[in-house]
Amino acid sequence: MSLELFRTTNIDWLGKKWYFLGFSLIFSVAGVLSMLFWHHIPLGVDFKGGTQIRVAFDQVPNEDHLRHAMDRAGVHNALIQRVSDPSGHAANKVIIALPESTATDQSHDAGRQSVESALTAGYHDSGFTIEQVEIVGPTAGKQLQKQAWLATLYSLLGMLIYLWFRFELIYGVAAVVAVFHDTLITVGAFSLTNQEITLTVIAAILTLIGYSMNDTIVVFDRIRENLALSRRESLHDVVNRSINQTLSRTVISSGLTFLTVMSLYLFGGEVLHGFSFALVIGILIGTYSSIAVAAPMLVAYQDWRVKRGKIASLPAGKRAKA
Amino acid sequence: MGKNLAGKLALIVAVLVVFCFGIVGIPHGGLMESIKNNIHLGLDLKGGTHLVLEVHVAEAIASATDRDVARLEDDFQKAGIAGATIGKTDPTKPQTIVVSGIPATKLGDARSILQGNDYSSYDVLTTPDGSSTLTMKPGAVRDLETRTLDTSIETIRERIDILGVTEPVIQKYGLGANQILVELPGESDPARVEEVIQSTAKLSIHAVTGGPYDTDQAAMQANGGVIPADSMLVRGVGSAGAPEMVWLVKRVSEVEGTDFRDAQPSQDQNGRPNIRFNLTTEAGDRFYKYTEAHSSTSASPGSMAIVLDNKVREVASIQSAIRDSGEITGAFTQQQANDLSLMLRTGALPASISYLETRTVGPTLGLASIHQGVVAAIAGMLAVMVFMLVYYRGAGINADLALVLNLVILLGFMGFTGSVLTLPGIAGVILTIGMGVDSNVLIFERIREELRAGKTAAAAVQQGFAHAWVTIIDTHVTTIVSAMILFLFGSGPVRGFAVTLAFGLFANLFTAVFVSRLIFDTILQKKERGAALSI
Repeated sequence: MSLELFRTTNIDWLGKKWYFLGFSLIFSVAGVLSMLFWHHIPLGVDFKGGTQIRVAFDQVPNEDHLRHAMDRAGVHNALIQRVSDPSGHAANKVIIALPESTATDQSHDAGRQSVESALTAGYHDSGFTIEQVEIVGPTAGKQLQKQAWLATLYSLLGMLIYLWFRFELIYGVAAVVAVFHDTLITVGAFSLTNQEITLTVIAAILTLIGYSMNDTIVVFDRIRENLALSRRESLHDVVNRSINQTLSRTVISSGLTFLTVMSLYLFGGEVLHGFSFALVIGILIGTYSSIAVAAPMLVAYQDWRVKRGKIASLPAGKRAKA
Repeated sequence: MGKNLAGKLALIVAVLVVFCFGIVGIPHGGLMESIKNNIHLGLDLKGGTHLVLEVHVAEAIASATDRDVARLEDDFQKAGIAGATIGKTDPTKPQTIVVSGIPATKLGDARSILQGNDYSSYDVLTTPDGSSTLTMKPGAVRDLETRTLDTSIETIRERIDILGVTEPVIQKYGLGANQILVELPGESDPARVEEVIQSTAKLSIHAVTGGPYDTDQAAMQANGGVIPADSMLVRGVGSAGAPEMVWLVKRVSEVEGTDFRDAQPSQDQNGRPNIRFNLTTEAGDRFYKYTEAHSSTSASPGSMAIVLDNKVREVASIQSAIRDSGEITGAFTQQQANDLSLMLRTGALPASISYLETRTVGPTLGLASIHQGVVAAIAGMLAVMVFMLVYYRGAGINADLALVLNLVILLGFMGFTGSVLTLPGIAGVILTIGMGVDSNVLIFERIREELRAGKTAAAAVQQGFAHAWVTIIDTHVTTIVSAMILFLFGSGPVRGFAVTLAFGLFANLFTAVFVSRLIFDTILQKKERGAALSI
């Protein structure tokens, strides 16, 4: 017999919506509080400008000695951080970051040169190589910020329009609310764990927006199909049934995608670390939000319309061509 | 049923072969060699430097108007108009020249000069008292800006050549005005790159009007406390090894960087490095006029200062008239003489540039990233393949085959289009594996549902594909839209991600629907009616 994990589930998903709301609130609020008062939103060098240098040492570096070497050379505003990497390959690596003032458009390279000479002159515990340098001046930083905002805006707009076209506006709005919820929690996670948001992290966030939409669309497609078939059932029951029917696909699909991004997080290395972290959180939350945020929103909106005395049945949107 | 399964199978095999070709080309040498030739690696995987430069086009405009000021002075002198002041009064508006103090009797002559062809790129505004303002036309300004940017790109390209970088990228950068993108795969020493590009541009020869002085204040004192409008102070050394002094030189140069036709490093009779140069004919004529007027045998002997990057390199008295070939001896090392000759030969940059953004990746980090990316991809793929086999049994083989074909098509696409594979691009491949298999899961789950509802294997497969098709289109379109926006607004690594994601999804549309369907149909054809489907 075939292996089937979710043959016939009959869970009342909508009934649990208060639990879901509570769960979402806890994480959203924690994230927002951290963004406002604790770590704020940690921005990478792409957006806040400055100099960032990744140095690999032959032996595990002594951070005190590093700081001492910097101070001696007159570099007082350096931030020295160990590179975090789950696979442990990056134990000998350090990221030295200098603030925006070291990378003006006029003396762009000053920060990097000062760090390099400080290390050569003052750090003698072991040899080192400079593996990666990122210097972003104020002009470039502003441009990149603008790019990130525009990309996010157009992405959301594009999806809203597509959903409006394929479904009805309310479906689009419910999906966008779910996506907003996902983004808030993901950025909150970055704030709570004090990880930097760089351009590649923004790319990951835009991808998870796409993924969350996908997941929501699968549920909505089924709701639409079921609404067209049975006009007697209440929306509440149709939505519950649709979720139960797609549960198998949702869990397995998300599970498999989660497996692949987990592989990326564990083995993908330090450079992709922020990127894979965003995807790991995003896939989990994106799957959760289709069931816990988008669907209840749909029903809540419909109930509200009914209370106001408007039409009693949710429009099924444009017919699918299949 | 006659579904022409054999034909469809042939099509799929053809597709497989074609895309394999995209990955390896016509294989000669090892397999890895061929793959490396066809799949281009991004800077973050190969190691290299990415720079965004800004060209200060205002300088080029200032130079052009400076030259026109000098020409106007010349023209007025020839027409016998004395006492007029010609200059630029507002440093923030380099495109404006103000002419005032023209004697009333000469107003007519002045006007005919100003309206003449030489100044046709200016809009001339004359006030009743006779003073005029010449403003460069916006069209002319734009033209000059574009030309400056284009020349800068060409000059930088020639200089980059000596680094010996294969496939450098030097082009206009879209995010801002007058910005250039430079990408140098394999070169990851930013100091060396900066040395070669030489962001400051100016080599020029100026007439010396005063000096040498010990300090700026001494220079001002000697000139009655103020620097004349047509001159400027420059520091530097008069000859190799001399102490640093200050000179008063004419602001407008006699010879500019662009006037050099050739320059070669060599050595003078004492074995010191120097540069032999040749000027263009037109510049040669100008230089001859100047040096003849001020040679040691003339009525007003003078000296000239060779100014490099706003620092005096050499001051020489003009012995005799020089037309178009001469030598520059200065405090150079041989390396500096070589670099300077290169700069003169390739033409000076028309305006100075500043660096806005620098990113370098060293080769070891690049290799480590490739290694880690590939490991993650293989681990992810194996996990998915094993799960599909265990959970969906026979159909799992179907999905796994589609997955492998997906990968081949994706990489082949990249090989054909010459797209660059970056580290986020590898992540995109991994994501495609996860999202791609989603289509299969959608279809298989639907088929299982239909089988549970009692349909026959053939009907279940047909229904499964029909219903899942709509959802597959919806999900793929939204993610592809996402990827396209990332491509438009991203650069470098992020673009690489968008590309692999989009290609992967397109490939998946083909394999999940066409190929999977074909495999199912082939299996169904071989089974008897009513037999169970392994799913």
